[in-house]
Amino acid sequence: MNHASHAHPLPFWRKYIFSMDHKVIGVQYAVTSLLFLFFGFGLISLLRWQLAFPSQPVPFIGQFFNDTQMVGGIMLPEFYNQLGAMHGTIMVFLGVVPLAVGGFGNYLVPLQVGAPDMAFPKLNMMSYWVYFIGGIVMLCSFFVPAGAAQSGWTSYPPLSDVAPLGQTVWLIGMVFLITSSLLGSVNFIVTIVQLRAQGLTFFKMPFFVWAQFVTSFLLLLAFPPLEAASVMQLMDRLAGTSFFLPSGLVVGGQPLAHTGGGNPLLWQHLFWFLAHPEVYVLILPALGIVAEIIANNTRKPIYGYKVMVFATIFLGFMSFVVWAHHMFLTNMGTSMSSFFQITTMIISIPSVVILTALILSLWGGSIRFNTPMLFAVAFLPMFGIGGLTGLPLGLTASDIHLHDTYYVIGHFHYVVAPGTIFALFAGIYFWFPKVTGRKLSEFLGKLHFWPSFIFINGIFMPMFILGLAGVSRRLYSPEYAHAQAVQPLNVFISYCAWGLGLAQIPFILNFVISLFAGKKVDSNPWESTTLEWQTTSPPPHENFEHEPVVLHGPYEYSVPGQKKDFLPQNMREN
Amino acid sequence: MSKYYGWGLPFNASANGAAIDRLIYGIHGIMFVLFIGWLTFLVYTLIRFRARPGHQAAYKVHHFKAPTYLEVSVALIEVLLLVGFSFPIMNHVKNQFPNEAGALKIHVVAEQFAWNIHYPGADGVFGKTRQDLMGSDNPVGLDPSDPHAADDIVTINQLHIPVNKPIIINLTSKDVIHSFFLPVMRVKQDAIPGDLIPLWMEANKTGDFEIACAQLCGLGHYRMRGFFSIHTQEDFDKWLKDNAPAPAAAPVAPAV
Repeated sequence: MNHASHAHPLPFWRKYIFSMDHKVIGVQYAVTSLLFLFFGFGLISLLRWQLAFPSQPVPFIGQFFNDTQMVGGIMLPEFYNQLGAMHGTIMVFLGVVPLAVGGFGNYLVPLQVGAPDMAFPKLNMMSYWVYFIGGIVMLCSFFVPAGAAQSGWTSYPPLSDVAPLGQTVWLIGMVFLITSSLLGSVNFIVTIVQLRAQGLTFFKMPFFVWAQFVTSFLLLLAFPPLEAASVMQLMDRLAGTSFFLPSGLVVGGQPLAHTGGGNPLLWQHLFWFLAHPEVYVLILPALGIVAEIIANNTRKPIYGYKVMVFATIFLGFMSFVVWAHHMFLTNMGTSMSSFFQITTMIISIPSVVILTALILSLWGGSIRFNTPMLFAVAFLPMFGIGGLTGLPLGLTASDIHLHDTYYVIGHFHYVVAPGTIFALFAGIYFWFPKVTGRKLSEFLGKLHFWPSFIFINGIFMPMFILGLAGVSRRLYSPEYAHAQAVQPLNVFISYCAWGLGLAQIPFILNFVISLFAGKKVDSNPWESTTLEWQTTSPPPHENFEHEPVVLHGPYEYSVPGQKKDFLPQNMREN
Repeated sequence: MSKYYGWGLPFNASANGAAIDRLIYGIHGIMFVLFIGWLTFLVYTLIRFRARPGHQAAYKVHHFKAPTYLEVSVALIEVLLLVGFSFPIMNHVKNQFPNEAGALKIHVVAEQFAWNIHYPGADGVFGKTRQDLMGSDNPVGLDPSDPHAADDIVTINQLHIPVNKPIIINLTSKDVIHSFFLPVMRVKQDAIPGDLIPLWMEANKTGDFEIACAQLCGLGHYRMRGFFSIHTQEDFDKWLKDNAPAPAAAPVAPAV
């Protein structure tokens, strides 16, 4: 261990800003990504005005936008497309992943494996700052001429190749974000393989660590193709190449001056080769968090721990061979589409295994319904809806009608919003005492949970009806007759979205107030078994007074013959 | 609002649509049963095993057999959905094209933000098209020097077809990726520049419907709305006659 740092206290900017301590970096990641989550939510809340009340002036807020964004408070289609594209980008690449991996992963993985820090602290610091720059670049893109990227978060060429300047900024931002993820994932893998405490075998690791481990491999292997693709699209836009541009394009009545010979589908393959594993990057840490909280609040071991681990590894492998199910309508042959349908059906099996194990873990428990547990339990059925609705999208025959409709939006939001984001909230309530030494208020927590739970279903459930009715995503206004027919649902969804926004006020209040005035708690307020709870709150520099020696599996709750109903991993008996 | 569209799948005017609708509704039935099963078990468990004085968690619980059965039955259902429904439907839609002789052939060229519909006319042969001739008065770039072009009919956002006759559409795009969506026909196909993608359909009901774009194609994506009419054969023949170009002058000849 490095003791030099104890001798010379670090100056403020080294300790809290350019810090190499995984805990500080984890908090930096968490706070930054939470701000981005709220910003991304703000974008879509604004967009929802146009969907509910097409081409009516946005009340009050409308006057603050310039005339390339809103005219007389009425949102322009260009700006609508920017809000949509940037909402997706920010939520996925700047919100959920950095919170789940950068925030929770960074803070908890070294603690849970009993390590003093990440394997490469400098790389860790660099990973955060590269992410930070990527985020700033993305935010700045709103201020370039003609505004931010507006070709969807998927940025399909040729549309994105001929889009205004904002797309170039988006691509530069993406290169930073991808680089940051790559740096982070290498660090996680090495930390988990090399720095586990004495006695902590792989099958004694908490499920959360396993989830981060598999996630890191997905990031490491899936992101490079998108990094390459982003650079290729940059070249198409800046250097006159035509990787994604076929010959003979006529845009706006004018032949496009370029060499041609490219293929727009190449981008889609490279993009989805990342973006499907990315779905599991979003889900796996959430499953990890939920497993920890369920084990703790049922006061019993989770059901089928090993099976869950194997299912997670299998899920990781399979996630690399399902990407083209996002492309069923690109005229792939039936042999190709059959292959991707089969792999898509296969990948549902480990997902069902994990979800079933989590539900069965409740059986026989003594279930405490505190705020983290409420969020974790609510995750289960809502993630289930997300999984089930993948079924008709994964079969080409039903996907013909449902592809690119609101059904898809409902499906993947159930996976990542009522799914992952609920799990992340659960995690924040659960580990807040570890990070700050203070507990979040249970009352405000419940005031946050119940309205959020109701409104979030009010948002996404009607989207399945919109999708079945055939309403395409990314429509600025319901010009189509089939969209007119279900327009009242759009009004309902928008009210629920704004309600969900209001429901976050108790959370923000709770977060800020508890930071300074929350109830002080001891180091292990939830009476948990895993290593992060066996040190002070917040943990000292280098985490543990004495390097822990692990004796037990991660979830030794209610062990017969013990005085207490939990047996910490490093404790002989109690 | 409309007798064709509402809260559920749109009106079905296609011979292939019923099988797709059955699949969609069938899957939702299965999903519903599975979800209600899960949810009931979840709620029951939460109530029965809630923390309360005198209640203790069990360290060891008996091994459940049910999940294994559940996994196996989910897998079997998925195999059934694939082999029994999705594969045959896709094979029918993608590979079993009707005989060209008895079918009506149409070219559809998408652009920001319109659908250009090109009929071969009375001779049944498409006139040559050239990219350099494309302009606002000649949207598909029809070559006036080709004798087959003289009787071709080109419409913007007007797709007319006869009922009970197979239609073969060749689909492409001039600029960006669009998606050709006929909700009442359960037809949706990306239109990709540089690719000519064939698709086929057959209507079994008449009426006036719409074409929609299902892939973000720019700021006018939302108004890329076309009109789609399914006529009786007689009405369709009349429409063809009314819209046939005057025999003497080629009305679509470009200025250049």
